[in-house]
Amino acid sequence: MSKTMEASIETLRERAAAEGLLDVAYASADSPFGTLLLAKTPRGLVRLGLPGEDAEATLADLAARISPRIIEAPARLDEERRELDDYFEGRRRAFELPIDWQLSHGFLLRAREEIAAIPYGQTRTYTDLARGAGNERAVRAAGSACSRNPIPLVVPCHRVLRSDGSLGGYAGGLEMKRRLLDLERDPRSV
Amino acid sequence: MAELPPFQTLIDEHAAEVMVVLRGAVGREGAEDAFQETFLAALRAYPGLRDARNLRGWLVTIAHRKAIDHHRARGRAPVPVAEVREEPITDPDPADREVWAAVAALPPKQRAAVTLRFASDLPHEEIADALGCSPAAARRSLHEGLKRLREEMS
Repeated sequence: MSKTMEASIETLRERAAAEGLLDVAYASADSPFGTLLLAKTPRGLVRLGLPGEDAEATLADLAARISPRIIEAPARLDEERRELDDYFEGRRRAFELPIDWQLSHGFLLRAREEIAAIPYGQTRTYTDLARGAGNERAVRAAGSACSRNPIPLVVPCHRVLRSDGSLGGYAGGLEMKRRLLDLERDPRSV
Repeated sequence: MAELPPFQTLIDEHAAEVMVVLRGAVGREGAEDAFQETFLAALRAYPGLRDARNLRGWLVTIAHRKAIDHHRARGRAPVPVAEVREEPITDPDPADREVWAAVAALPPKQRAAVTLRFASDLPHEEIADALGCSPAAARRSLHEGLKRLREEMS
């Protein structure tokens, strides 16, 4: 793309945001595990796609569920990228970026808020999670609160394990889950 | 409701072509503004769009509308000039007066086309914009008006 075209599109992004027409801004971000997809509404981070996920399908899903007014706007996600970089470097233990919870409802929302409160370096079980969200017997639902978590890493579902101490599952693969837990056990190891 | 792709797809696939269309329609100077107006209008209307089958055509149509807006705005706005030319004010030639009287007697469309062409010195495309018709129709009105004038004056 030509430089002037690039500049025109940059102006368009800014004007769209200023006029309230940018419902979802997205950007990709590098990580030690591969490329992440970050998507944000004016309220906050709404979706984080892990390296194994199909970014195009994720954006199509956001178009259907939130709004088709979706534009790639990397500058609007500078803060999110910075906090994630710091996290991967072992320099950050808690995220401060605002979260938009609109993709979570009911029990799944309560379970994910529980996940967001698990401190850095600690773990919980799916049963703990079900109990914390108000229904001790909904262990399966607690499992899908993790497996279909729209904002992994920031809502740290990698800190949720099986009651027997085994890893359970992870959308980014078990290897990624293991390395995240290792990182948090010893942030200086990176 | 149509399955609408993320708006970014429209930018990726059609922004360059829309810019080319606008440069052709309003020139390099006006194209940037018209480009912004086109895509902002598209973005505003996008979630309500019922048919996602021809997004390119939809964008180009909006671009054409914005190009016409541009011409209208420029037609009304005074054009800044470095210095004002001094022109002697003279009474029109009696022969001219006779011509303009004949022009005034033309049917409205033909009268407007002839006036815009020779008094305002507008090209066919802008006459079409001003009359709200196609350039071909503007050309036809002008041609018929001139033919009638020739008959009247001979």
